[in-house]
Amino acid sequence: MTERDYDVVIVGSGAGGGTVAEALAPLVRDGRTVLVLEKGPRLDDHEFTGREIEMATALYEDGGGFLTADGTMTLAFGRAYGGSTVVYTGTSLVVPEHVIRGWDVPGLDHADLARRAEAFKAANNVHLLDAGLINDNNRLFVEGCAKAGYHAEQFPLNLRGCRGSSLCNLGCPNAAKQGTHRVQLPAAERAGVEVVTRADVRRIGERVLEVRVGAKADGEKGRPSEWAPGEYRVRAKIVVVCGSAVGSPALLLRSGFGARLPRLGRGFTCHPAHILVAEHARAITNDVGHPKSFFMDRTREEGFLLETCMYFPFTTAKNLTGFGPAHSALMRAFPRLQMILVLACDKAVPENRVAVDRDGNPVVHYRFARETIAAMVRATRASARIFFAAGALRVHAPSAETTLIERQDAARVDELIDARHFRTGKVSVSAAHLMGGCAMGRDAADSVADGRGRVHGVPWLYVADASLFPDSLEINPYLTIMALADRVAERVRADAPALLAAG
Amino acid sequence: MSDPVLPPVRTVFRALATTFVPETASLDERGWSALEAVVEDALALRPPKIRRQLATLIRLLDMLPLLRHGRRFTALAAGARLAFLAAMQDAPVLLLRRGVWGLRTLVLMGYYAGPEGATAVGYRADPRGWEARR
Repeated sequence: MTERDYDVVIVGSGAGGGTVAEALAPLVRDGRTVLVLEKGPRLDDHEFTGREIEMATALYEDGGGFLTADGTMTLAFGRAYGGSTVVYTGTSLVVPEHVIRGWDVPGLDHADLARRAEAFKAANNVHLLDAGLINDNNRLFVEGCAKAGYHAEQFPLNLRGCRGSSLCNLGCPNAAKQGTHRVQLPAAERAGVEVVTRADVRRIGERVLEVRVGAKADGEKGRPSEWAPGEYRVRAKIVVVCGSAVGSPALLLRSGFGARLPRLGRGFTCHPAHILVAEHARAITNDVGHPKSFFMDRTREEGFLLETCMYFPFTTAKNLTGFGPAHSALMRAFPRLQMILVLACDKAVPENRVAVDRDGNPVVHYRFARETIAAMVRATRASARIFFAAGALRVHAPSAETTLIERQDAARVDELIDARHFRTGKVSVSAAHLMGGCAMGRDAADSVADGRGRVHGVPWLYVADASLFPDSLEINPYLTIMALADRVAERVRADAPALLAAG
Repeated sequence: MSDPVLPPVRTVFRALATTFVPETASLDERGWSALEAVVEDALALRPPKIRRQLATLIRLLDMLPLLRHGRRFTALAAGARLAFLAAMQDAPVLLLRRGVWGLRTLVLMGYYAGPEGATAVGYRADPRGWEARR
């Protein structure tokens, strides 16, 4: 066992960890040591090939196939230098005021979060894509929304030099997406923060972390770890956990914090999503151009959000319901397919939770509430109306009686798409907006951390990622994670003199 | 390195695969090897218990049609195979539904994740983006 000493250790390098790393980098100037431990690998630019399985294996936990405990939902989250910011689409929305008000976290103020989010929008080059770079898949969504009586809005995106590869979710092959791997982490490293990849934190004890550094396997993407493979004991005076809504609660649970924090792991939410497709008569530009340029927000009225999307052959095939000749026929129509991602705003309930198995690995228990299924059905109906209004010949709807709805039945979508056809285990449901598990709140009876991310009763331990969310965010989360992480880092800086002196 | 899952159940796996993705019926031995390699790679990341469960599920799906049709899955005609698996994906037991979903997902991965599967459906995404289409 190798021993190391640091003043501050940050676990994770995604939207939370990358932000904290940059924000705490000034401590290095004062002679302090700051370390980031990232479980995944650090890829070089030429390794982003856009090939589906190869990139999913390199960048996602379980290769993108992490399933909930009962196997009815796939959870997609990144595991790389930059975390999930490597594999998102760069959509950059500021959280609505009513969401933060609804969270009711003492001291958490929407105006403060919004101000920080705006600063990150500037740092990450967030802007609206020029109309000339919008593909047919997105144009048809806007057109369909307008004809069906909905209002589509354009996503602000954090891109610099986007070439329209459409491969965002496999890691941009052109280094255009301004995730923490492009902006915050390099800045932190330039300032002297140390980042160690392939470093899996197995346990946090009293100001000490047990870390397993993995070797790079033959043929595996990414650089070898900055440290030699093996077991490490890393002492730290301050620890900031930013391992995602799955990884952070799991780490704290296997470290034994569950005994003093009864809410740890509970209140997991994830915006469960369907990928819907519709077939048009002619080929459209869908697998070129930024895939997620527009959205339609019905969160307050109907509990769902629609977003444009375009996925890769296997991901698309997996998300269509069924198999056999009908499934194949739809796949062969790929150049004519329009896609919409429907996301339901699920509410945090204690039963939906992160736990750990005997080996300390995360297990996510999730049951679809009746209201969540109802929101997905409403979202599917709205999508079908938008698809048909945009001219689609047929629509694939997982919660429909016959899955494929033909154009002549367009007027019957409310009747054909119904909650009784939503069969868990048959329909594909996936989620990439993973939230909760270390919720902020008043005290240990109702939450895990306070409004500045400090874990109740553990003055040297902080959380700074989406696990802090006490409930669904109702929008794409990365900008809010960064804003919250920035608040946590500010608190760490304020607490640092006392904590570092005491250590 | 874990033991491969498919060799002991290869005949049934291929019969199931051709039902899930009819195009696989035209694969030659090299094509099948490529598909099965993708599946084995994915399974290698899973715990031994899951790998054993998958092999058991494949055997079970071969035997279950005996109850209704008096024949194993591998002895059924294409239409009957499709109808049987459709019934299984609608089964009242969640374990069966998700088992069929998981097996189907592995076959879809084996077929569509490779360059041939992507080309066959006309997927043309290119890292050069718009420039590649001009």
